[in-house]
Amino acid sequence: MPDLLIELFSEEIPARMQARAADDLKKRVTDGLVAAGLTYGNAASFSTPRRLTLALEGMLAESPTVREERKGPKVGAPEKAIEGFLRGAGLTMDQLEERDTPKGAVYFATIEKPGRPAAEIVAEVLEDTIRNFPWPKSMRWGSGALRWVRPLHSILCIMTDEAGTTVVPMDVEGITSGDTTEGHRFMGAGRFAVTGFEDYAAKLKRDHVILSAEERAETIWADAQNLAFAQGLEVVDDKGLLAEVAGLVEWPVTLMGDIAEDFLNLPPEVLQTSMKEHQKFFSVKNPKTGRIEKFITVANRETKDNGATILAGNQKVLFARLSDAKFFWENDVRTAKAGASEWTEKLANVTFHNKLGSQAERIDRFAELARDIAPLVNADADLAEKAARWAKADLSSEMVYEFPELQGLMGRYYAEFAGHPAEVAAAATEHYSPLGPSDDVPVAPISVAVALADKLDVLTGFWAIDEKPTGSKDPFALRRAALGVIRLVVENGLKMPLDRFFDAQLLRHEIEQNGDDQASKSLMGDLLKEIADHGVFGAAMRTVVDAVDGDLPEHIEELKTRLPDTSVDLLSFFHDRLKVFLRDQGIRHDVIDACIAMEGNDDIALLVNRAKALQTFLGTDDGENLLQGFKRANNILTQAEEKDGVEYSFGADAKFAKEDAEKALFEALDRFEPSIAEAIKGEDFAAAMAGLAGLRAPIDGFFEAVQVNSDDEILRRNRLNLLSRIRQLCASVADLTKVEG
Amino acid sequence: MADTDSKPRSFQEIILRLQNYWAAKGCAVLQPYDMEVGAGTFHPATTLRSLGQKPWAAAYVQPSRRPTDGRYGENPNRLQHYYQYQVLIKPSPPDLQELYLGSLAAIGIDMEMHDIRFVEDDWESPTLGAWGLGWEVWCDGMEVSQFTYFQQVGGHDCHPVSGELTYGLERLAMYVLGVDHVMDMPFNDPQSPIALTYGDVFKQTEEEYARWNFDVANTEVLLRHFEEAEAECEAILAQEHLDPKTGKTIIMAHPAYDQCIKASHIFNLLDARGVISVTERQAYIGRVRALAKQCADAFAQTRAATGEAA
Repeated sequence: MPDLLIELFSEEIPARMQARAADDLKKRVTDGLVAAGLTYGNAASFSTPRRLTLALEGMLAESPTVREERKGPKVGAPEKAIEGFLRGAGLTMDQLEERDTPKGAVYFATIEKPGRPAAEIVAEVLEDTIRNFPWPKSMRWGSGALRWVRPLHSILCIMTDEAGTTVVPMDVEGITSGDTTEGHRFMGAGRFAVTGFEDYAAKLKRDHVILSAEERAETIWADAQNLAFAQGLEVVDDKGLLAEVAGLVEWPVTLMGDIAEDFLNLPPEVLQTSMKEHQKFFSVKNPKTGRIEKFITVANRETKDNGATILAGNQKVLFARLSDAKFFWENDVRTAKAGASEWTEKLANVTFHNKLGSQAERIDRFAELARDIAPLVNADADLAEKAARWAKADLSSEMVYEFPELQGLMGRYYAEFAGHPAEVAAAATEHYSPLGPSDDVPVAPISVAVALADKLDVLTGFWAIDEKPTGSKDPFALRRAALGVIRLVVENGLKMPLDRFFDAQLLRHEIEQNGDDQASKSLMGDLLKEIADHGVFGAAMRTVVDAVDGDLPEHIEELKTRLPDTSVDLLSFFHDRLKVFLRDQGIRHDVIDACIAMEGNDDIALLVNRAKALQTFLGTDDGENLLQGFKRANNILTQAEEKDGVEYSFGADAKFAKEDAEKALFEALDRFEPSIAEAIKGEDFAAAMAGLAGLRAPIDGFFEAVQVNSDDEILRRNRLNLLSRIRQLCASVADLTKVEG
Repeated sequence: MADTDSKPRSFQEIILRLQNYWAAKGCAVLQPYDMEVGAGTFHPATTLRSLGQKPWAAAYVQPSRRPTDGRYGENPNRLQHYYQYQVLIKPSPPDLQELYLGSLAAIGIDMEMHDIRFVEDDWESPTLGAWGLGWEVWCDGMEVSQFTYFQQVGGHDCHPVSGELTYGLERLAMYVLGVDHVMDMPFNDPQSPIALTYGDVFKQTEEEYARWNFDVANTEVLLRHFEEAEAECEAILAQEHLDPKTGKTIIMAHPAYDQCIKASHIFNLLDARGVISVTERQAYIGRVRALAKQCADAFAQTRAATGEAA
């Protein structure tokens, strides 16, 4: 069984695309071969900057012959039908077989597809793979029509078995396959022929190409650590950079160089970002000083002077790069010291979104919201506003213009020069958090206030202009923002009704977008103040409306329903995000639904506590039984209520209790109701559930001993009213009708 | 020919060697375009000639202006006026990388001692409606050239594809000559009776232009010029192709394109003056691109593009 070796040799493939391309080559070729009946033993693919390689072991030398049987028309069927069948099968009449079936004699055809030599199949599959390769971006070159990531120069395609090596002949747009390749662009010795994978890998190594990207990465990392370690330093870990650098070289030579003294006082993040983004250097840290003092660069060749010229060149480039960074830093520090008004002014010209105004307007809006939120997170309102106003200032700085990934971080550094307190500085960085599900959540009150205000402003803004995420499209990362709010609230245990802040911020957007008419604008201003007092839009609206003589402006009239609708819709978006968040923590979706159906569901922390307590409770024997008891009570009640056309909701009297079990249930309810109500008032759901647990035995006993639907109508009604006490009590904890099981 | 084995001694010698090298490789050595442009790509020998079927091979120096990069001549590497060396060959030859590496050897870069790398860098010019795939070429970590296979220019697919090489001459020369500050670089041979550095030639102009670009240029006048160039470009292209005087078909793609170049440069100046907001920026770029596209449409109909005989 032959082995197959394929190499597609091109001009330099972008580092970020190589690994994926090697996988795609393997997948496409092996899928194609297998579909054509060519199975194989092992497959491995490789990439370097100039080549994609696939090696298959133990491939079939030809595809097996395949026999297919087809059932045709009945014997004696119309001639047309038989002719059609013969045409489809590619056979003649004498090749058909008559067979008896329960439905009579039927024609059968046996079609034999003879096996094909592997070379033929490989050539077809490889050509198809080349022509349809899924590059993220591809191009044409010269006068040709072929597309590849960069010009494709040669195709090596050979099969090797005991008899020797043969080239699989093929031609793709004038590129003819062969058995040759070349090594390193500068250290290689021209083209050479290979006989199989081992020969290929060995000759590449001889000509200074390490075929495996993992091997190159390991070599680089080991050499880098050795260089650093020898001087008591450590390389800053960066897996992404390592993979990228391994894709830029065929023969890695690792070199360590110095960062000029002038730059050692730049913030380490600036050094690191500048070196990585521009030069693809690793940072080398001195563990004693905590500073980044050296860099590691990886060259693609050896030289007579052991890389001295290359290192000197790199050092010079770095000097220029860091001079730029220093220039930005010094200019920014100067601006910050002057109060940074230049930056805030600039933000007035920066559009945040064409329907949501400039960055400056956005900052005004969420600074007000940060004030509103401050008392709930134990933050000082003035300081929260100040922090919000500073949080985006660095977006105008030169450093962030150059390195957008340093946003927030630079704000923290510059805050000090602008004379802001440490809390304000920290909020500049922390208010962006949490960015992902595993990112840390800020805990400093000022940072929390600004982070919440920023995210809520974005969310309410896009809801106000009706640009919500749909399907996979979420260009403004609104799902992430909502999850951020949820995590901020939950992980900081904040008691915070979201409704009120949704309404207030939606109103601020409204004032900005539709505040042209003075009357509406002033009414909306009043409304905003009332929301702060009442905490509820409806009540605030009533107060404002009551104060108006005559007709309301049309816009305000319309706002009465539109704003609450938008707010409710946003809350339901939050509930969807919360479900995902809690599901990841193992909370059942029906448990979450049972809690969302309760009052106060805009208080996320409360909602989460309720859900967690309920899930725990339902996991116990008592909980499970109580749920069954509740369901039984609820079913009986619902049926009776439907039948009688009344609602049994109160009036159960212990004096009509006849059976002992009935009396016991009355007693138990009398005993537990107050403590459960107390626990719920105090939002101690665990205690409330424990109270419910105490009802399990009496409820079970009741259903065992008592026939609810008694012939005595007084007894029956009393018992139904008794059941409704169970229903009400349970309903004060969660909507158990939503719980499955 | 210059003595290519030895190291060049001045900025101008590097330019001369590149000229000789590409002349020897068969390129027409053109002169700079006589208008203010942001990069060598704007020269009609690249933008317009990359369109259409007709083969083309040209090399030239192009003085380029980037007002926002001005640093009063103080930054060792940044200039608001600098030189690019530009090569455009259509169709791109299969050995373009080797040809390019040969040009580095010609200016004294010893491949045995240096680390030359092709690092992904896709090129896009939103103002020209053009894009291509290629690399920035690194020499010891320094970007010394841009290497691009044009895929689209002025909204037209390139068939055949042109290969474009752009050398940032100052940076490349500083490296080859071992100079740390651009202003210290020998412009002519340091042994000349009157030896001149880059600073002797350009230090003062960098200061003058930086001040003008950043603080003085009259933005109202510039805004008006922008509008005028835009209107003129469209007016030129709106003319009948048949010239009533000569009776010939004369499509004025080049004069129209001059106005497009002008608008583009004025936009850069306005940008340096900081009077263009982020939203407006996109709109201005879109307006220049619209002009570039119309010029490309016009050029594509001319003989220089189709290759038809007159």
